[in-house]
Order: sequence, then C-alpha cells, then structure tokens
Amino acid sequence: MTNEVLTGAEAIVRSLELLGVTDVFGLPGGAILPTYDPLMDSKKLRHILVRHEQGAGHAAEGYASASGRVGVCIATSGPGATNLVTAIADAYMDSVPLLAITGQVGSHLIGTDAFQEADIVGITMPITKHSFLVTKPEDVPEAIAAAYLIASTGRPGPVLVDVTKDAQQNKAEFIWPPKVDLPGYKPVTKPHGKQIQAAAALIKEAKKPIFYVGGGIVRSGAAKELLKLAELVGAPVTTTLMARGAFPDSHPQHLGMPGMHGTVPAVMGLQRSDLLITLGARFDDRVTGVAKSFAPDAKVIHVDIDPAEIGKIRFADVPIVGDAKEVITELTAELTTALKGKQPDMGEWWEFLNGLLERYPLGYAPHDDGKLDPQLVIKRIGEISGPEAIFAAGVGQHQMWSAQFIKYERPNSWLNSGGAGTMGYSVPAAMGAKVAQPERLVWAIDGDGCFQMTNQELATCTINNIPIKVAIINNSSLGMVRQWQTLFYDKRYSNTDLNTGTDTIMVPDFVKLAEAYGCLAIRVEKEEEIDAAIKLAIETNDRPVVIDFIVGRDAMVWPMVPAGVSNDQVQYARDAAPVWDGEE
Amino acid sequence: MSKHVLSLLVEDKPGLLTRVAGLFARRGFNIESLAVGISEIEGLSRITVVVSVDGLPLEQVTKQLNKLINVIKIVELEPDSVQRDHMLIKVKTDAATRSQVLEAVTLFRARVIDVVSDALIIEITGDTSKCAAFIKILEPFGIKEMVQSGVLAMGRGSKSITEKVAK
Repeated sequence: MTNEVLTGAEAIVRSLELLGVTDVFGLPGGAILPTYDPLMDSKKLRHILVRHEQGAGHAAEGYASASGRVGVCIATSGPGATNLVTAIADAYMDSVPLLAITGQVGSHLIGTDAFQEADIVGITMPITKHSFLVTKPEDVPEAIAAAYLIASTGRPGPVLVDVTKDAQQNKAEFIWPPKVDLPGYKPVTKPHGKQIQAAAALIKEAKKPIFYVGGGIVRSGAAKELLKLAELVGAPVTTTLMARGAFPDSHPQHLGMPGMHGTVPAVMGLQRSDLLITLGARFDDRVTGVAKSFAPDAKVIHVDIDPAEIGKIRFADVPIVGDAKEVITELTAELTTALKGKQPDMGEWWEFLNGLLERYPLGYAPHDDGKLDPQLVIKRIGEISGPEAIFAAGVGQHQMWSAQFIKYERPNSWLNSGGAGTMGYSVPAAMGAKVAQPERLVWAIDGDGCFQMTNQELATCTINNIPIKVAIINNSSLGMVRQWQTLFYDKRYSNTDLNTGTDTIMVPDFVKLAEAYGCLAIRVEKEEEIDAAIKLAIETNDRPVVIDFIVGRDAMVWPMVPAGVSNDQVQYARDAAPVWDGEE
Repeated sequence: MSKHVLSLLVEDKPGLLTRVAGLFARRGFNIESLAVGISEIEGLSRITVVVSVDGLPLEQVTKQLNKLINVIKIVELEPDSVQRDHMLIKVKTDAATRSQVLEAVTLFRARVIDVVSDALIIEITGDTSKCAAFIKILEPFGIKEMVQSGVLAMGRGSKSITEKVAK
C-alpha cells in the first residue's frame, strides 16, 4: 500500500487528529496560513480563535490543567510566536503539558531578518522542555508526535514545534505512526525498591512526620493513592499552592497550604516536623522561606519524577525518582506490611498540631470601610459553587484568598499560575478549562489588575459559546503590591492605583466593558447582594458572566511569612506572631 | 571549588551546543573549557566540558544536562583520565632568540608549524599544566598570538562511553 502524500500543513492537522487532539487555541498569520487552510476542513479538531496569542497559550494551559490532557496552541511567526512566550514560560514553571505550534518564515529566509521572523526556538530554549525546528514536510509527523510525547510524559512541560512556511506548503508521504527516536529521553517512572523500603523505615520510626504535597500529585493523577497512603500513616498533610485539591480540604488530617501565605498549622507543622514526606514538591522559596532554616530538624523523603529536583534545594535522606502514582502505590504496599495495621505513635505531634488548628484557624478581620470583604466574596463563590466546579485565579491577593478560602475536594479543580506568577492567567485559563470540561462550572477569579491584561478573551468566550464566570475582586489597585507597600514601604503607594473602583473615575467601567463583550455584567457593592449575584451567574449559561465585586483595598493576605526570614516568624495577622510554648 | 571533567555523548542536532551552553549560563554554572566534535558513531557528537563547581552543584549540572532531550549520556571522568589541550602559539623570534625558543620546543616535545624571519608558530599538545608551563617559558620572548582548544578527555582502559549505546 502506498502512503498518502500530504502537504506539511495537512500533515500537522492529521498528526494532531491521530494523536487524539480535539481542541486547539490559536490565531492565524502569514507564516502559519498554510496550516489554517486544512484546519478549516478538519472534522476532529475544534479550533478556537483567540484575540491574543497569550490567551491561546493560557487557554491551552487551563485546558491541560483541568483535564490532564495536552493543551495545544498555534500562532504565526515573529510577534505571534513571541506572544506565546509568557504562557510557555508559565507552563514550564508549573509543569503543564503544552504543545505550541508556530509558523516560521520560509527556510531560505531564515537568518535574513525577514518580515515577521523571530528565532522562537532560540527564544524559548530556556523555557521549554524541548523544541523542534521543522524545515521539511517529511519531518512533520515525527516532530509533532515526539513533541506530544515529550510534553505529556515524565515531568510534563511545554514543547514547541516551529514549522517553516515551505515545510507546510511542500508535500511528502505521510507515514503514521512515525518512528520517534529519542535515545536521550527515558523518564524513570518506576521507583527503586530499596528506596521504597528505606522510606517506609523512616516513616515507621518518625515521631513527627508530615506530608509535604506538591503539584506533582495533580499532574500524576495520584490523589486517590495519596489519600490511601495518608490514612494508612495517619500523619498530617499539607498541600502547596500547586497541590490545592490533591488532598480533600475537608479531611481531618489536612493542615492546609504551607508557605508565605500558608496556614499557621501547615507552616509550623513543617517547621517542627522530624520527617518530611515530600511528594511531587520542589522546595520552592515561597514554601521554604529561608531554605536553611526550613524544617531544620526534619529528615527528608523526596519523591519526584524529575531527578534534578531532588537535592536541588534540600538534601534528601531518601531520594526516590519515579512517578508519584507508582511510588505512592508501592510505598503504601510496603508500609501496609511494615506497620502491621499499627500507625506510628503521633499522639504528642497531633496534640501540638491540634492546638495550632484551634488557636490559629484561617480567618480574616472584616473591614468597615463600606466595601465588601474580598475574603467573604471568594468564600461564598466556593461554597455556593461546590467542589465539582473549577476555579482559575490570576495572581496576587485574590489568588491567595482563593487558595485559602475556597475548599477544594478534588484535584484539577484549582488552576493558577504558581511558579511564574503570571498576571492575566485566569480569564484565558478558565476559558480553556471550560472547553476541556464543558459540563463543569468554571470560575475565573481575577483581580482588577490581572483582568485588564487578558480580558479580550471574553470576546472569544462569547462568540464561541464558552460561558465562563468571571469574578473581579476589584480593589481598584494592584493589591498584593499595595500590601507590600503598606507593610514594607511606609505606605508609599507608588504606581499601584488602578482607578477601577466605584469612588474613582472608573476607567474602565468593568460592567460596561463586559457588556460590550456580550457578557452578563453585574456589579456588587453590598454584602447582601453577593449570594444572589453568584447564583445568577451560575444560572446564566447563554453567555459569559462578569461580576464586578467592589472590595476594600486595605484587606491584606494573612498569615504571612515576610520575605527573607525563617518560616518560624510566620505572622498570623499584622504584628501578631503566634505565641509559642516555652520550650519551643 | 574543584575542577571536573564531564564527557557528554549527544545527538548531533541543530542548536545542541546552544542548549548545552545556555543551560550552563542560565543555571549559573561556569564553563572552564568546552570541546565539541564527532564521535565514532554517526549522528552522535562528543562534548568534553570542564566545570569548576563543588560536589552538590556538580550533581545539579549533570542532572540538568541529563534533562536535555538530545543528551544521551554523561560521564564524569576520573582525574587520572587522559586529558589533552591543544594550542597554537605565535612567538616573536629573531636570530638571537630563535635557538632558545627551539630548545624549549624540543624540551616540551612541541612542534614548529610555521617559520618566518621574526616569528614562529608552535603547536603543543598536553595536559593543562604542561601547556601552562610552556607558555611561561615562551612569554619572555613575546607571544604575539595564541589559540587553544578545550580539553579533550577520555577514560583509560578498554571501556568506552558509547558501549551501551547501540545504534
């Protein structure tokens, strides 16, 4: 049988179809035009035309983070490709499986400073797991298949495939499946048996063990396995910003989120522990504070699929390279035998932690400035929407409150930009999540600053019938920056006023803006209106909904570990450090 | 900090050197020398890189390099491995000094490659300290120009780093 002859462009579309891709976010331009032609005829690929390539990138990220599938975005050469850079960097930091396809100028023009030429392979080298420059049509299927494989296996991440215009236009035999030859790529998923035994032995002997759970659990799909292991051991669990939802918030063993804005029990639980059971977490500086003083008395079991994460920041007494799901399954089996149904004695440990839970619950002090309390708004969104919904946050105060005050019960329900801290993530990410999981209620919880970076994707949502709900936590300022100015810059509010509040000139007026985009727009200024607005948003599914919640600007995110100090100095509220017992 | 010699077996792909060099720059590792060339297997190149780092950062260097998709294998060579620099040195000479320079060339088992009335090009191969010593001897005569390869290195004995890489 002879193989079909396709153009490189047709091969791109066919390869994506054969890989099982069903949704693609993108925006055409000169160098990618050949690919957009066969894309128009594809019955299997839904292409969603965004308004800015960054939106395509974050939408693909949201799609991937909500569903665990590979997110795909397409852009043209030059500025189209560079507009993807922020999203690619974001996906790299948060290990999101992302396939970015870009058009490139004709191969004979490469290196000539041609119109819309940019070396996007070079530009994205530090922020991709790998990248390909394809200059011949016969190389298309292998590049796309290899990129897809690399993006979705091992530690997931973004992979870029840059295809020259002539490679899209010229024809070649289409051979599928292509031979994907990656001799240097062999991710280890199965853990070493001896290390599992060593980890079990440490857990068995520990007096004050604690689970330090990271985003790897979500990416690996290991939440169920984690629950089983945690209940077997009976130790407290903390879930990092990237791992919110990996372990149910309602579970009595859950101490909450650790880190700069973590709960006091989670922060201090890690600090006073004698064994960190680290699962798919990477000792990020926002979790550890000053790394040298982080959990000073703890031994460390470190499980990660990326060997380079182990020992990068903190020495691991028991390093385990492997996929979290496989590691946890084996560790659970080993511990079931080793513990013989008897949990390690953690009576004193839980007494200490329960004391913290009682004394320092997550909360906030209401303000009487006539504006809404942002924490209350976010809490109500979570309570009314329930755990089956998806919540995508931007970056800043509203992100931290969303991580704190929404109760997550399942993985992939919380989407945010953790590592990169990309303002503008939430609206396009929520859009991508809604495309991946159309039956779910999807919220973008955004700040007034973040919202102004990517809100043009509301047009995409309206036109393509992607009815997301956007809650703007509008404090008329770059709230987190303002918080730092309040605390550390003597209340000198340099360039943090955004003038979007009702007592300002209100530029833009978010209600008018949202209406211009065809959304249902609601402004909420009174506490008694909060629930009704949320419910109306949930009931409205013929268009996107934007709620402009006018909140006070003096609300701050607490608890907080100030930058550059030990986590021991966590403050429960302003100038209110927890009181430690004498011997501590 | 101590010196480590790493031997990398890599796929010969466009941009490979940028990926390797970029990784060092981005992660804050210092490259002392770098030498790239073909290996005995078609499609595979061999990179010898000398880095100055402590033990723990070295582990990070190799782990991060291993994450590059085109890097197939990394071996840290023992200090007693065969390590050679290659240099070309253009030295000022005249009738009075030429014989002294030639004496040094013989002593160091270097070779004269090019001769004109007022200069010589000398080629020398050896480990880094031998090359350094040779330069010290030549300096008083006046070094006009100098080029140097990165260190080339290979483990002693019959084993090969490509052994398990069946192609």
